[in-house]
Amino acid sequence: MTAKTEEAPAAATQDPKSELPNGAELLIKALVEQGVEVVFGYPGGAVLPIYDALFQQNALRHILVRHEQAAVHAAEGYARSTGKVGVVLVTSGPGATNAVTGLTDALMDSIPVVCLTGQVPTHLIGNDAFQEADTTGITRPCTKHNYLVKAVADLPRTLHEAFYVAASGRPGPVVVDLPKDVLQAKGPYLSKEKVHHRSYRPQTEPEPGAVEQAIELLANAKRPVIYSGGGVINAGPAACEALGQLVRATGAPITNTLMGLGAYPGTDRQFLGMLGMHGTYEANLAMYNADVMLCVGARFDDRVTGRLSDFSPGSTKIHIDIDPSSINKNVMVDLPVIGDVGRVLAAMNARWRERDLATDAKALDAWWQQIEQWRARDCLAFVQDGDVIKPQHAIRRLYELTRERDLYVTTEVGQHQMWAAQYFKFDSPNRWMTSGGLGTMGYGLPAALGVQIAHPESLVIDIAGEASILMNIQELSTLAQYRLPVKTFIVNNQWMGMVRQWQELLHGKRYSESYSDSLPDFVKLADAFGAKGIRVTKASELDEAIREMIETPGPVIFDCCVAQDENCFPMIPSGAAHYEMLLGPNDHAAKPISEEGMVLV
Amino acid sequence: MASSPTPGAPTPGAPNPAAPSVYSTSPGEPPIERRTIAVLVDNEPGVLARVIGLFSGRGYNIESLTVSEVDPENHLSRITVVTSGTPQILEQIKAQLDRLVPVHTVRDLTLAGGFVDRDLALVKVAGTGEKRVEALRIADIFKAEVVDAGLDYFVFQMHHRSDKVDRFIELMKPLGLVELSRTGVVAIARGARGL
Ligand SMILES: Cc1ncc(C[n+]2csc(CCOP(=O)(O)OP(=O)(O)O)c2C)c(N)n1
Ligand SMILES: [Mg+2]
Repeated sequence: MTAKTEEAPAAATQDPKSELPNGAELLIKALVEQGVEVVFGYPGGAVLPIYDALFQQNALRHILVRHEQAAVHAAEGYARSTGKVGVVLVTSGPGATNAVTGLTDALMDSIPVVCLTGQVPTHLIGNDAFQEADTTGITRPCTKHNYLVKAVADLPRTLHEAFYVAASGRPGPVVVDLPKDVLQAKGPYLSKEKVHHRSYRPQTEPEPGAVEQAIELLANAKRPVIYSGGGVINAGPAACEALGQLVRATGAPITNTLMGLGAYPGTDRQFLGMLGMHGTYEANLAMYNADVMLCVGARFDDRVTGRLSDFSPGSTKIHIDIDPSSINKNVMVDLPVIGDVGRVLAAMNARWRERDLATDAKALDAWWQQIEQWRARDCLAFVQDGDVIKPQHAIRRLYELTRERDLYVTTEVGQHQMWAAQYFKFDSPNRWMTSGGLGTMGYGLPAALGVQIAHPESLVIDIAGEASILMNIQELSTLAQYRLPVKTFIVNNQWMGMVRQWQELLHGKRYSESYSDSLPDFVKLADAFGAKGIRVTKASELDEAIREMIETPGPVIFDCCVAQDENCFPMIPSGAAHYEMLLGPNDHAAKPISEEGMVLV
Repeated sequence: MASSPTPGAPTPGAPNPAAPSVYSTSPGEPPIERRTIAVLVDNEPGVLARVIGLFSGRGYNIESLTVSEVDPENHLSRITVVTSGTPQILEQIKAQLDRLVPVHTVRDLTLAGGFVDRDLALVKVAGTGEKRVEALRIADIFKAEVVDAGLDYFVFQMHHRSDKVDRFIELMKPLGLVELSRTGVVAIARGARGL
């Protein structure tokens, strides 16, 4: 500190300002006041003052990743497994542009992240200076909000605002762009209680009238269904608890989106599994045939709805969401309830009890009988015969052998992701981290890294594909540095399986560029990064190898060599309706995929 | 993909029995409506880019957009957007605007009842003789003001509702219109209440 004051410009020496902290120190003070413990980052010229300040303190831990995209995914994994805001620190120019995929991912999945980016000094902004990028311009559409801090006096307030915006309402990523001169200038601190946002006040309390109507609709339903998403998990464990209460009180079946798994116990009888494109038969048919649908913290995504004109055509729809722009965006609903999902559900439960409501037992019984018939189709069944491992079998065994553990699961993107969503049953929230909205290959490994930082004693597994894992494979080095025992379970089908599946079903089996050629030897690769490599090719050896992976104290790369030609079922082809689901390889689309369907992704 | 059409798929060009006739006013097609929306925002860098980026990124129409600071003390600016779309899209536009962090208020002036709107144009008309006389006569009828003139040109200032400004401009075209500058629409709700 003293050394720095001496180096400050001569004019400042007599200035009382010289006693003040500089921008970098203010930043750290603000982070600490916000309760931040970990920052995922990567240094560079524009952020050197921050790294210097980090060096001289002990309150914050910095985790050095190997690529800025991974810093954001790690922060997402940290945020999703703890319910806290994830924090990222990257340099200007390439540091910021590398973070863009992660920011977009966090925006699509509503994950609270604050990303601090370095910037060239204010007097050089706009001059195409070295490592200058228009970071606020580039990130405007991929953040919930962003800031360029132009004066040190604004820095503490801006930072507190950034945390407030990232975490309140529908959460999301916020970028704070920090010019180097602002980081070096001195200024006063402002504590977070002094900061009140001028305009941003999301509505959290529901309209009481809407709550009454919602419970009445549910009480009068004959074929109700509850469909819940990531919003419930974002709203916290109490919201998940309240959801469980409502499900039990109404006796209604519940299905979850990919983002919502774990909000309701996956092993419970009332749970129908995931819905949507690769959802279960019973979940999708319950949605199609329901007379009252309660959508909680989900957004009628196209992966969920299938063909909109045939989406749950006969149901009265109730939609609980904190974000008014989610209402009537894709699907027109009959009763919107705006508010924090936890508070809305708590209010509904309270009023349900006070009014002593009950659903029509006879109707509900008939509805459940129908659902059990659908469930009896056992749509996730597969036959594991012979020694070639079916990917479904690999994932189911992984689940069965880890389910009793204190487990967190992340995934990459592809068939393995969908199988993981189908075969893993999560009984509590915040245990399942996957890239839902953006579908970012390369998400799983850095996300697992972030989860493991937050939960050092837990078992953290990234369920990966051999193609996806190569997208952020450099993070094995980060695992080694911090001795993070993340288990990377590669479902190695030697294909970009999900791409191959679409080419098989929709593009006349023309397998254009979807073969995973020239793969590395994953066992040797593990060795090179100081991890343990395990390869399994025979079904008879699978269980033993999984046990060995679990028992290994350090990081493991598990190369699970599986059948190459398996497809992920059930599948609703794009542009088809819930009732047009394909249940297996012998099932052909009831109708050819429509031309509208072909243009959909 | 064109090489092997899916069996049973409708062939291009052949009448598709499922498609609604082009002559029927199918009830499935919701009407396109026009709305004038007032948005009160923090006057901070990038706020206009956020609003414009929202419209372009989500494919909404902008027919007119104006912005100016209206409360310097509190650093508030007012944006007036004229947009069009189906009722569902229009609701989306308002909800998406309201979701932007620096946005304080979004008011649909069209739905909120009566409002007055004005558009101002500066219209340069060059010419001599009969056409010049005619241009001045029409300007007079439209109550357009001459704000600059030379022996061979006029600059008219015309402000009124957009459609009337449009009409004036149409009439000036054959009379020697050479340049045009317009503000776009500003609007305010009728009645004693403020935004
Ligand atoms: C960054 C990125 N690029 C491309 C895609 C498109 N994509 C989706 S799944 C997939 C294949 C994934 O292959 P793999 O990781 O081996 O998983 P598998 O489907 O075989 O289980 C691709 C290329 C994507 N989701 N993300
Ligand atoms: Mg693969």
